[in-house]
Order: sequence, then structure tokens, then C-alpha cells
Amino acid sequence: MSNELQLASKTQVKLGVQEKLNLLTKRIWKYRISYLFLSPFLIAFTLFILIPVLAAFGLSFTYYNSIQPPTFAGWDNFEYLLSQDVLFLKYALPNTLTFALIVGPGGYVLSFIIAWLIAQIPDRWRIWFVLAFYAPSLAGGVVMNIIWQPLLSGDRIGYLNSFLLRMGWIEEPQLWVIDPDYLMIAMIGVTMWTSMGVGFLALLAGILNVDKQLYEAARIDGVKSRLQEIWYITIPYMKPQMLFAAVMAIVNAFKAGQIGETLSGMKPTPEYAGHTIHNHISDFGLIRYEMGYAAALSVVLLLMIYFFNRLSWRLFGNKGDE
Amino acid sequence: MAAIAENTSKAGARRRLIKLDKTQMMLMLFLTLVGIFMILPLFYIFNHALKPYSELFLYPPRIFVQQPTLTNFSEFFSLLKDSTIPASRYLFNSIVVAGLGTVSVVIVSALAAYPLSKHPFPGSKLLFSAIVISLMFVPEALQIPRYIVVAQLGIMDTYVGHILPHVAAPVSVFLVKQFMDQVPNDLIEAAKIDGAREFTVFMRIVIPVVMPSIATSSILTFQDIWNDTSTSTLFMQNDAMKTFPYYLSTLTNNLANSVARQGAVAAASLILFLPTLIIFLTFQRKVIATMAHSGIK
Repeated sequence: MSNELQLASKTQVKLGVQEKLNLLTKRIWKYRISYLFLSPFLIAFTLFILIPVLAAFGLSFTYYNSIQPPTFAGWDNFEYLLSQDVLFLKYALPNTLTFALIVGPGGYVLSFIIAWLIAQIPDRWRIWFVLAFYAPSLAGGVVMNIIWQPLLSGDRIGYLNSFLLRMGWIEEPQLWVIDPDYLMIAMIGVTMWTSMGVGFLALLAGILNVDKQLYEAARIDGVKSRLQEIWYITIPYMKPQMLFAAVMAIVNAFKAGQIGETLSGMKPTPEYAGHTIHNHISDFGLIRYEMGYAAALSVVLLLMIYFFNRLSWRLFGNKGDE
Repeated sequence: MAAIAENTSKAGARRRLIKLDKTQMMLMLFLTLVGIFMILPLFYIFNHALKPYSELFLYPPRIFVQQPTLTNFSEFFSLLKDSTIPASRYLFNSIVVAGLGTVSVVIVSALAAYPLSKHPFPGSKLLFSAIVISLMFVPEALQIPRYIVVAQLGIMDTYVGHILPHVAAPVSVFLVKQFMDQVPNDLIEAAKIDGAREFTVFMRIVIPVVMPSIATSSILTFQDIWNDTSTSTLFMQNDAMKTFPYYLSTLTNNLANSVARQGAVAAASLILFLPTLIIFLTFQRKVIATMAHSGIK
């Protein structure tokens, strides 16, 4: 009796799976044009991103010196990372968190404010302001060094030092980019300067895209100030762009690495004051040839970014987008 | 009654216009002051190319040139003559790679973004999450697997080897997809009821509305590919297949001191920078122009 019942329920389950499969195939067939649209990207994405990322995940469980074939190491890399890697636990992790938690939201808010301000000026002039604010991103990292090095230089000639000395605010020149106490502040400041990147361009396009009639309608409905306009119309309307800019801000802030080394001109940075996870990864991957460990670090960084992304999406209440 | 209402609204509009102009003036003044500081790198690139050697090494460096000269350019062009492979070849490679690369990235990304945004096909959520998560991986850890993929495909030393790795552009897809989310579904449904095929809807309705994102993605992609030296370093063994920025990086890399050829490098940096600037201005103008005339209704 009980056997029969079991058998019956088994066949039922089997049928269910079959039905589901059939349904799925039908659905896939129904959307065949979607897959056709996707196919060129899917091929490139699989080849150059998906396979390498999966390979890196695999490598994170191995010892691999880039020359000999990798040998399986189980959880060793992760164990070492969480328990014994002093440089990671004491410097790379807290530095990355401090840097990213200030630069990410800071750059994001700044991008939005500047983009909104630029959207308020007449069309004719707008392009030149966009160019000016995007200039640090357009010119790239080499030029950044030329602008900031003399400004933050540690001797009396450095522009910031000479200004502060003349104002009498400091007694003697400060080593802005070499002193471990100041390096992080300098890194954050300079990165904010370059934070008007792709997120900024997307936000600007999004703000300009808002239907003008909405503002008219809102004015009739009793929206009085510009701030209310931003809060009740602009931001809700351009949620997709806000989300894009937020993700890019978080990702770029966590992935930053070169800035500390460029500013201080030292590798690693003085007393590891500007040592980020990205520095740690290039250190192991490209200098010590421990690709397996570098891959494990990349996985940990990815998990961190993913966590903060989810957090920010929860904060912004974008339930529809994942 | 209606006339009075019209009159008052007109007066209101005029008053608002004047008031706006005042705030706009203040705004422009403020933005100009901050903007001058932001735009310094551009001034620097232009001025640096015109500096004589006596000014190139001044410390602290000056942004503006005192005695402009064109000797850097003549030094650069005489260097070009000496190279075994003509520099025009590198320039040609760069133009082909960046031009074709940008066009393919934009087309492929827009094609992929459309179903991701508008079709609830099985696996769409999973794929979109994969695209966003792929942004979070640092490139260092991917270098070796990528190299193996390119080698296995047999596209080393070809233009395809330069372009194809760039075509997987998650940022571009993400950007265009976000703009497509704003296209009202009713608009697409209406067109479909009228008998339009998917591709017609895509070309005639969706693409015109998301043009700003396409232009933005073009700027970003061109800038990326044009300045990229990694495909030349990793995937090209034949020198004749390498690109202009790679060639420029070799000019100074192998020298014992860092003084020689700095003038040529300064001139070359300007030449390398100009195309990105032109592309930015052309496409950003497009973003602003399309905005002024249309908008999503």
C-alpha cells in the first residue's frame, strides 16, 4: 500500500519535471528572437569574461606560480588570507574599506550635484562645462600626477604647503603624500577630483532626459522649491541612471589601487598607509607570481563589492532591478 | 477670464525667466571657478607639448608654457622616420582597431540590452546579475585565462584579437539597458499591435529614444580602446600589428635616463589625446542636442 503510494507520487514528480521542462523549452522557443539579439554579446561575454572569471574562481583553490601547472590546494588560500596574511588584515582590508566607503558615496553624490547644476545652465554653454568636469577622466592618470604632485609636494615649494605657511596655519611643511597619516586623505581628495566619470555622464543624460512637462505639472500640484523638484520628480524619474551610477561608483571605489602608489611615488606605499586590496592582488599576481593566492584575493574582493552593492540597492529601494 | 489667466501666467513666466537668469549667472560663475581647476589637465597636455627642454624639467612644473616652440613635434617626427616599421602603420592599426571596435561594441551592446530590458525571457535575471557581477572582478586575475582563450581561438596577431576582447563590454550593456528601462512598454506594445517586427521596434522606436546612452557609451568605449595597450602587449607578437599608444610607450621605456626623448613624448601625448577629445566633443554635443529636442513622453 505504502509502496504503491510512493510509486504513484514518484511518477507524479517525474511528470512534473517533464512538464516543467516542456514548458521551459516552449518559453525559450517563444523568446528565440531575444536570444538572437543577445547572441553576439553572449559569445564574447562567455569567451572573454565568463570563462576567465570561472577559471580564476578555480585557480583560487590552487597553488599556481604562472609557470608550472596549478596544484590543488583546497581552502588553503582562503585560510591563509583570513588568519595569517597580516598585510591583508591589518592594512589592505581596512584601507580599502575606508577609501571605498568615503569615495564611493562621496563621488556619487558629487557627480549628481555637479550634473544637476550643469543641467540648469543654458544649452549653448553646457558642453564646455561637461568637458571641464570630465577632463580629469578624459586625460587619464598620467596627467593627474603632474597636477597633484607639485600641489601636495612635501617641501616648502609645494603649493599647498606654501599657501598654508603663508597663512600661518602650519609651522612647518607637511609631507602630504609621504606621511602615512596624510596619504589616505590625499588619496581620497584626489580620487574625488577624478570621480566625474561614466556615472557622471549617465546622470547628466538622465537629468536632461526628464520630461519638462512633469515639472510644469508638479508646479501646479504645489511643488515649490527646486529641492522638492529634485526629490519628487528628477530622482524617481531617473532611477535607472541613478542605479547605474551607484554601481559604477561602488565598483570603481573598491577596485581603486594605483592612486596611492602614484601619489607617494613608492611601491608599496609608505608603511602600507595606502595599500588597498587591489595593490595586494597585483603584488601577489604580478610580482610574487602567486596567481592562485591573487585569484583568492580577487574572489574575496568580489564578494565584498557584491555585499555593498546589495546593501546600496536595499537602501535605494530598487526592488525591481537585480 | 481666460485672457486674464493667460496674461498672469505670461507675466509669471517672464518673471521666472529673469529670476532664473540671475541664478543661472551665479551658477555659471561658480561652475566656471570650479571648472577651471578641473580642466587644468587639458591645458597641461596642450602646453606641455609646446615647451622647450628648458621648461619640460622645471620643478615645480608649470602648467603654462613661457616660450612656446614646435621643436618637440619635429623631434617626434624625426623619431618616426627612424623606426623600422613606419609609424603610420601603428597609427593605421589604432584607427582600424578603435574605429571598428567602438562600432561593434555599441551595436552588440545595444542589441543585447534590448531583450535584457524588455523581454522576460528565461534566464534574463541571471544573465543581468552575471553582467553586473563581472564588473566587480579585477582584471589582473583574468589575464592568464584570457590569454589562453585568445591563443586557443587562434586570433593572436590579428585585428580580431584586438577587437573581440573589447566586444564583451558589460559597462556598455548595463548603461544602455538602464536607459531602455525608461522606454514605456505601451509604446512598444502599440507598435507591435500595428504589426511592427521586433527589429523594427528596436531600430525605429527604442534606439532613437536611448541615443544619449549610445553616444555616451561610444565616448567611453573609444577612449578605452584608443588608449589600451594591453591587447598589443598580450596578444600581438608581430610588431606590425601593435597600436600607436603601445609604440609611444616603447619610446621612453628602454632608455637609461629619463631626459632624452621627453620632448617627443610630450608632443606624442598631445597627438594621442586629440582624437579622444574630438570624439568626446562630437558625441557629447549629440547627447545634449537630442535632449533639447526630444524626451521620453
